Amino acid sequence: MKIAIASGKGGTGKTTISTNLAYLLKENNYRVLLADCDVEEPNDDIFFNIEWKENIEPFILIPEVDPNKCTGCGECTKACQYHAIVNIGKKTIVFPELCHGCGLCTYACPEDAIREVKRPIGKISNGYTAENIRFFKGLLNIGETVTTSLITNLLKYIDENEKNYDFYLYDSPPGTSCPVIETTKNADYILLVTEPTPFGLNDLKMAVEMIRKLGKDFGVFVNKSTIGNDDLWNYCKAENIEILGQLPNSREIATSYSNGGLILKDFPAYRKEFLKIYSKIKV
Amino acid sequence: MKEIVVLSGKGGTGKTSLTASFAILEKGNIVVADCDVDAADLHLLLTPKINETHDFSGGKKAFIQKDKCISCGKCIEACRFDAISDDYVVDPIGCEGCKFCVYVCPVGAIDFNKNISGQYFLSDSRVGPMVHAKLGVAEENSGKLVTYIKAKGENITRQNNKDYFLVDASPGVGCAIIASITGADIAVIVTEPTLSGLHDFERVLKLTKQFRIKSLLIINKYDLNLKMATSIENFAKSNGVKVIGKIPYDDDFYESQVEGKAAVEYSDKLKSMINVIWEKVKENL
Amino acid sequence: MKIAVPSQGNSLDSMMDTRFARAKYFIIYDTDKETFEVIDNEQNAAAGGGVGVKVGQDLANMGVNIAIAPHFGPNAEQVLKTANITMKSLSNITVKEAVDAVRQ
Repeated sequence: MKIAIASGKGGTGKTTISTNLAYLLKENNYRVLLADCDVEEPNDDIFFNIEWKENIEPFILIPEVDPNKCTGCGECTKACQYHAIVNIGKKTIVFPELCHGCGLCTYACPEDAIREVKRPIGKISNGYTAENIRFFKGLLNIGETVTTSLITNLLKYIDENEKNYDFYLYDSPPGTSCPVIETTKNADYILLVTEPTPFGLNDLKMAVEMIRKLGKDFGVFVNKSTIGNDDLWNYCKAENIEILGQLPNSREIATSYSNGGLILKDFPAYRKEFLKIYSKIKV
Repeated sequence: MKEIVVLSGKGGTGKTSLTASFAILEKGNIVVADCDVDAADLHLLLTPKINETHDFSGGKKAFIQKDKCISCGKCIEACRFDAISDDYVVDPIGCEGCKFCVYVCPVGAIDFNKNISGQYFLSDSRVGPMVHAKLGVAEENSGKLVTYIKAKGENITRQNNKDYFLVDASPGVGCAIIASITGADIAVIVTEPTLSGLHDFERVLKLTKQFRIKSLLIINKYDLNLKMATSIENFAKSNGVKVIGKIPYDDDFYESQVEGKAAVEYSDKLKSMINVIWEKVKENL
Repeated sequence: MKIAVPSQGNSLDSMMDTRFARAKYFIIYDTDKETFEVIDNEQNAAAGGGVGVKVGQDLANMGVNIAIAPHFGPNAEQVLKTANITMKSLSNITVKEAVDAVRQ
């Protein structure tokens, strides 16, 4: 089963829920894979002791122009939708950071003057936590804009190479746009994490709209449940959205988090809140 | 005109509450843009009255006309984004708008049209002009929308002779953030004293450095973990980043949000603290 | 000789725009004919990535010899350099003053 952990608003506790849920499932003897898909700011690894096994360098293909073959006809420039390849007089120059790697310029060139070279966009690392949770992390290079490409690469690698797990947990980036869609579109179930504040509710509504558009089964986990007002609870009730668990706003939990602590280890009393998710999703 | 962008690698650090507070403190002399278009919340505090609504197109997308398509498979083969299904339907979310399929289609069956992916608004808020947007759910191109509303905001700031243009950016380090910081005079980074906060600050600082934008740091909830706050402070200092404020953990941030107020309107203690921070932002311009 | 100046308005008395590729207008001044052309740059001012490249290329196609701006983005700079367009850094003056400053 594939579970994506997402939220409209950032900082609501996706990482907390993902890491603790992975820990709980492992404790119950399931084979668990946790993939940190928040590739712009991945943090799941902070909460585990990980023995890293492998690094993969995902890339996109960008054009390289052979000046001896290029006649300066400008067909590549006309074809490119991103202004990433520009012909001026006899010269053709490439702007790698504007290139989306679609390959059209190579196809459009009548002189066969363009070949494609690899441009690394980040890193995919994998290993095992001390609890033997299979762990993956994607990390986007600073200055790169191809967040979605990196997530596609990460999930494709997992699909092709990691077939023997009971649970696949995907910790998604925040928001409701393309990187989030990429992370959630192949999940069987989506766990939305939010908080009962006006910001939390506003962003949850957008996330719910997104998931309904994708036609996915989902539920909500309410973090910092003791702050804010009743609007979130009323909304979930009115919309018939299942609340799978909640954690109170607590300085102790926040402090433990700040040091990279897992709630299930530091505060066993909250185990029952995670067990509710567990009973909902177990095979 | 000076352009100030408030950002945080990590979400939930109090960035939007602080942005709203800065705007309230500079009321009348400021134009505000909510560039966190993926999860826009600033309007909940600044209550803008919308004057103009415009459609936004993130770019063109391919569309296959069923009646002309001969199912030859060339488009599927050409598309590197796996955006065309086996029954020849383009997934608008997967489509990058590269036009490769249009080039290879032997019968001209593929249209390439503008796709409306959101709306942006020109408004009057409690503090003055405000530019904000709503990206259609499950749409892409937030970077382009950010660039768009920023350009609008810059023009409004100039036309109205305001001194400050304040930008609330999204979390992360990707395309939306890059669009948010491009052209800014200063970046105010908000973080929290957690391992994640430190890690995300390091990454976002790398980005502002790469774009040569002077950065300042605010540590919110600093007393949650004093040791971590010190580590972050030291890291900032060794990278030439001034720490212009340390705000203690305060539930009033949540309470003020529930009341629809900026933190400075809700708590005198927060007001005096944030006022000092805002003055420091201006001094560093 | 053609001189390109980013402008906030559509006349020679307009102030230079503070931005280059995302300027509101471009004024292309022809010193041989003493005429000028106004180009509405609104579309580029609010476009996505690659605007510096696009504007640089458009100026090259128009046969511009000198481009003036407060500063040039790295992409625009590379295109202008390749097109042998001279870059001059000026700011806070009118379009006419900018043209006069570089025409000798």
